[in-house]
Amino acid sequence: MSHEDVLNPKHMPHDPEKATLEGKNKFLAFWFFLGGETVLFASLFGTYIALNSSTAGENTPEHLFGLELVFLMTMMLLTSSLTSVYAMYHMKNHDFRKMQTWLAITVLLGLAFLGCEIYEFLHYIHEYEFTFGSSAFASAFYTLVGFHGGHVLFGLSWIVTLMIRNQKRGLNLYNAPKFYIASLYWHFIDVVWVFIFTVVYLMGKVG
Amino acid sequence: MSTTAAQKGGLGAAIWDYLTTVDHKKIAHLYLVAGGLFFLIGGLEAMLIRIQLMKPDNNFLAAGLYNEMITMHGTTMIFLAAMPLIFALMNAVVPLQIGARDVAFPFLNSLGFWLFLFGGLMLNVSWFTGGAPDAGWTNYAPLSTTSPGHGVDYYVMGLQISGAGTLIGGINFLVTIVNMRAPGMTYMRMPLFTWSTLVTSTLILFAFPALTVGLFLMMFDRMFGAAFFDVAKGGNVIIWEHLFWIFGHPEVYILILPLFGAFSDIFSTFSKKRLFGYSAMVFATVLIGFLGFMVWAHHMFTVGMGPIANSIFAVATMAIAVPTGIKIFNWLFTMWGGQIRMTSAMLWSVAFIPSFTIGGMTGVMLAAAAADFQYHDTYFVVGHFHYVIVGGVVFGIFAALHYWWPKMFGKVLNEKLGKLAFWPFFIGFHLTFFIQHFLGLMGMPRRYWVFLEGQGLEAGNMISTIGAFLMAIGSVIFLINVVYTAVKEKKADGDPWDGRTLEWTMASPPPHYNFVQTPLVRGLDPLWVEKTEGKEGMTPAEPLGDIHMPNASILPFTMSIGLFIAGFGFIYQTDDKTWLVASVIGMAITFGSMLTRSLKDDLGHHIHKEELEEDIKKGVGK
Repeated sequence: MSHEDVLNPKHMPHDPEKATLEGKNKFLAFWFFLGGETVLFASLFGTYIALNSSTAGENTPEHLFGLELVFLMTMMLLTSSLTSVYAMYHMKNHDFRKMQTWLAITVLLGLAFLGCEIYEFLHYIHEYEFTFGSSAFASAFYTLVGFHGGHVLFGLSWIVTLMIRNQKRGLNLYNAPKFYIASLYWHFIDVVWVFIFTVVYLMGKVG
Repeated sequence: MSTTAAQKGGLGAAIWDYLTTVDHKKIAHLYLVAGGLFFLIGGLEAMLIRIQLMKPDNNFLAAGLYNEMITMHGTTMIFLAAMPLIFALMNAVVPLQIGARDVAFPFLNSLGFWLFLFGGLMLNVSWFTGGAPDAGWTNYAPLSTTSPGHGVDYYVMGLQISGAGTLIGGINFLVTIVNMRAPGMTYMRMPLFTWSTLVTSTLILFAFPALTVGLFLMMFDRMFGAAFFDVAKGGNVIIWEHLFWIFGHPEVYILILPLFGAFSDIFSTFSKKRLFGYSAMVFATVLIGFLGFMVWAHHMFTVGMGPIANSIFAVATMAIAVPTGIKIFNWLFTMWGGQIRMTSAMLWSVAFIPSFTIGGMTGVMLAAAAADFQYHDTYFVVGHFHYVIVGGVVFGIFAALHYWWPKMFGKVLNEKLGKLAFWPFFIGFHLTFFIQHFLGLMGMPRRYWVFLEGQGLEAGNMISTIGAFLMAIGSVIFLINVVYTAVKEKKADGDPWDGRTLEWTMASPPPHYNFVQTPLVRGLDPLWVEKTEGKEGMTPAEPLGDIHMPNASILPFTMSIGLFIAGFGFIYQTDDKTWLVASVIGMAITFGSMLTRSLKDDLGHHIHKEELEEDIKKGVGK
């Protein structure tokens, strides 16, 4: 396929993200990468579960967590996953403008989530003096939730970069795989949060 | 484009070419040189250890330096010698074996190499900045978390950076093998080396993230005041052991499986027979890979997990002997009745079978949890893992280098010198490590700085040291052979061994696009299929046409150097917070390079049909 066909395709196929060999490779590699990420988070969850009662006489999960804010955050992130699905739906229909719009909504929801998380961490630090080194539980909590937050930040930067870079030229067979795997990454972040919500916050309140 | 520039330019252009290359064959050269260098450093460390243990109460190395020496020997040999040498072989061979023009992600291939190299350099810089890591290659907490100085910090940052490179390499080979095979190259027609690369890459993908997390926890504890391994704050040191071995046990299969694949190809080629029990070999490889994840806790029998956990892990461990046994017998049956040629490659391979089998047998002994309480942390364990790693991995690397050297460098390694290197190494290896089993059974603990007089350990340790010198002699002869071959030997043709697989279908070394026309694969051992029908070379699967190739890039190098700089910042900010500036600058370089990569289109370039036709006239396509 010539460069011209990739950058300015005369006809956009239904799955523009997998129309080129590079696209197919990226698609597969990213699923493999998410497999590795799963082990990464599984290790962090394992560590957290082993240490979540090791509070060293300091703040306990029940004492700290407030489910109201966490519920709000969960709703924002789940909704952002849905809006990124809409974005990909429009990508497959070759409607670049609508894709950008829905990605922008996704980014806004992600930013709101991140803002809440930063507020939450600052709240724990200032109101409860619950810092990274307070106890093994504190280290495990900030590491697990912080790794997820770091992923959110990276995902947002990634999507925003793609949106700005391709703002003028629209969709083609070169950037479609990039948008698609960025949205896969975003879904993965969302799935990890579902586990954090359950294992860290719900089990923290109940157990 | 860059290759032609390099041919015209001088040394500077050649260096720039290697800094920016994305060609899997050149990246193989880089891995080989870097891995070989670290192998020599690790070997030197081994010699110093053996000199210290030559006689009782020796004072050749100070106690602290001895701890650094054993730590760096293990870490260097596993992460910086064996792994990159394996990646050298994979890069040199796998795309050729499946009929591809490059790996799926040439840019990431280069990034993987530079990350490994800068991680390795970082680890070794510690020698010059106040002391290397000294908590053993397993780096158990709390020994590691309380180790003074910055040695262990270098361990953490160095392995984190090089581990990221390995993970990237693993994903790259997975996608390459799944997506880039030539027409007709079905899974059950792939050469065993490609199969074992596929399984190894899967292991890398699922094992390395556990190490990543372990290293992060260690980093947070040592550098940012976390309390994961601080028992006073509720921490738990066993978490490190679990995470380390969840990675560490698959790691030993990551090391050995690619060489199992190489041995399979070598036995088949030099016996002039197709591999005996091909499908059984494939399933045994996959099964070993699968079981490799189920056995990590056999390194922790004495931790106190209780009899049930110990029993489960003991039985799972013993089960691995079954697929491994299948492989041993299939190699023997491949040779059975074949027209055997005892080349250097074959010599290393044949020597591997009994050597590795001894290592496997002591492995089953160690797997018996109750007995392991006696063997644990003695020289019996040291003897065992050197039998599998040297007798398996190192023998395999030597065999594979002899076998694929002509494809990598265009010249066959001198056979006489090859055999001359083999014998001292082989005899020295058994002298060094066989006796260590008995030293262990007699009660000599591993990692001790000195042993005492009058406990019956003198003779055994002296024999072991003599053996180590013989291994050093063998290695030096191999190096002499490399130089001698480069200077004196004449150019090899494309198929010097009467080969069976696709890498022998083009000139040695291959043109940078590998295949002028993608070959059509018509069976297992595709080249042999064509040979038996009296054909010269492969049937092409496509007409002669333009070839799409990736562009060279310096960005992988700058991304890696950024992390290298940032690593120093993280290590030294514990002394002085202004060092965080280095971290910020380093991360800015890395993320800036990533941003550049994202913003700038890189569609590669085309080699035109006319250029290919000229190359064919010159005889490149064989």
